[in-house]
Amino acid sequence: MLSYQGVTLVPEFSYHSPATLEEAHSSFQQAEDAAFLAGGMTLLPTIKAGLRAPSALIDLTTLRDPALFAISRQDNSIVVGALATHGKIAHALAQGQPTLSQIAGGIGDPQVRNRGTIGGALANNDPAADWPAAVLGFGATLETTRRRIAADAFFQGMFTTALEADEMLTAVHFPNPKRSAYAKFRHPASRYALAGVCLTQVMDGSVRVALTGVFPCVMRWLAAEAALSADFTPASLADLTLDASEALSDIHAQGDYRCHLAQVMLKRAVVQALA
Amino acid sequence: MTELLRFTLNGTPREVAVRPWDFLVDVLREQLGLTGTHIGCTTAQCGACTVLLDGVGVKACMLLALQCAGRHVTTIEGLATLSEGAQSEGAQGEHVQNANLHPMQRAFQEQHGLQCGFCTPGMIMAGLDIVRRHGTQVDARTIAHDLEGNLCRCTGYQNIIKAIEAGAQAMAHARMGNPAA
Repeated sequence: MLSYQGVTLVPEFSYHSPATLEEAHSSFQQAEDAAFLAGGMTLLPTIKAGLRAPSALIDLTTLRDPALFAISRQDNSIVVGALATHGKIAHALAQGQPTLSQIAGGIGDPQVRNRGTIGGALANNDPAADWPAAVLGFGATLETTRRRIAADAFFQGMFTTALEADEMLTAVHFPNPKRSAYAKFRHPASRYALAGVCLTQVMDGSVRVALTGVFPCVMRWLAAEAALSADFTPASLADLTLDASEALSDIHAQGDYRCHLAQVMLKRAVVQALA
Repeated sequence: MTELLRFTLNGTPREVAVRPWDFLVDVLREQLGLTGTHIGCTTAQCGACTVLLDGVGVKACMLLALQCAGRHVTTIEGLATLSEGAQSEGAQGEHVQNANLHPMQRAFQEQHGLQCGFCTPGMIMAGLDIVRRHGTQVDARTIAHDLEGNLCRCTGYQNIIKAIEAGAQAMAHARMGNPAA
């Protein structure tokens, strides 16, 4: 389909629907240029736009292991299966972890949230995506088919992560903070963050601040963390500024504006965390 | 080059040969003749192609047909219970007059929830997904928020919101949940 005067506009690929992670891995190994497909809310538009042309798609949503799709609360953490959809996470954590629920519920639109998955979003690592900020802000641990990776080691650059090509995310472990909040200035059409801030404070008072949408990769704002660890109030942020020279800059928002927004979002997040 | 897709479409088991890169919306419209599911943007933004996959609202322009294997797909054509003597599935025209419309469809008619009608099938399917998530007593504010994945360029949305609110309540009276859930 999607052809015009006999020319197919979507590149041809084979489709694989594995039942197990082992099958998914072997399908991936056998194809020349395979891509793992989760919810497809980024990969399929990217293929349609001609930006990627994998020879094979390995559909992970056909995997049978229920743990990959589950959301469970453990003693000191919340474990989210990599194939849990944003919509399911928003619903499941509305009571138990409102910050993560709010993050999930602010992605895309309802139909997109019904398909898109946390694992897909993390593996993609879009510089303006929400889940990378959540994972970095909470100091979460990523579980893969091979190992566990700390959030601080996972996000390595624009659309780049610590995952090997044939490695799949299986779960995300979010520790329970004492306080948390997420504030996002949402692009009204794409719903990505022009600036998003995920803030957590753990029991000993130390603070993590993760920024998304502002720089080429999600990152921690260490000066803000130090200021808030000393004094968890919006006033403690008065003198902080971000260097806009490396910031993302496009027709939607210039770098200095994104940096300004990040500061405003952080203050809002502090107020929200204290509420 | 093609693979056989077996799935349940509007309650009926179907088999259709598709190519791995065929999207559901194209298979529905071009191979199965169900043109009620519209193509607006083809980029998962406008919502005109919204259908229910196992009762859950999804955009059929961003779903591979083969991803529906073994699953239930409900399109706008599957909502009305066609009266006796109605023509074949998906046919357009006079028999629609005789159709026993789904309460959500009837509400769009009664509340003037459409003008040009292009977005309407997607709006109705999105309305059913809103009922699935929020129940039949869902309020107008929630409906307005949750229509963020469906664009209408005619109405200004007010009557669409009224229609979904009224349709949800009519579903409660008819003791209907989601038709495909």
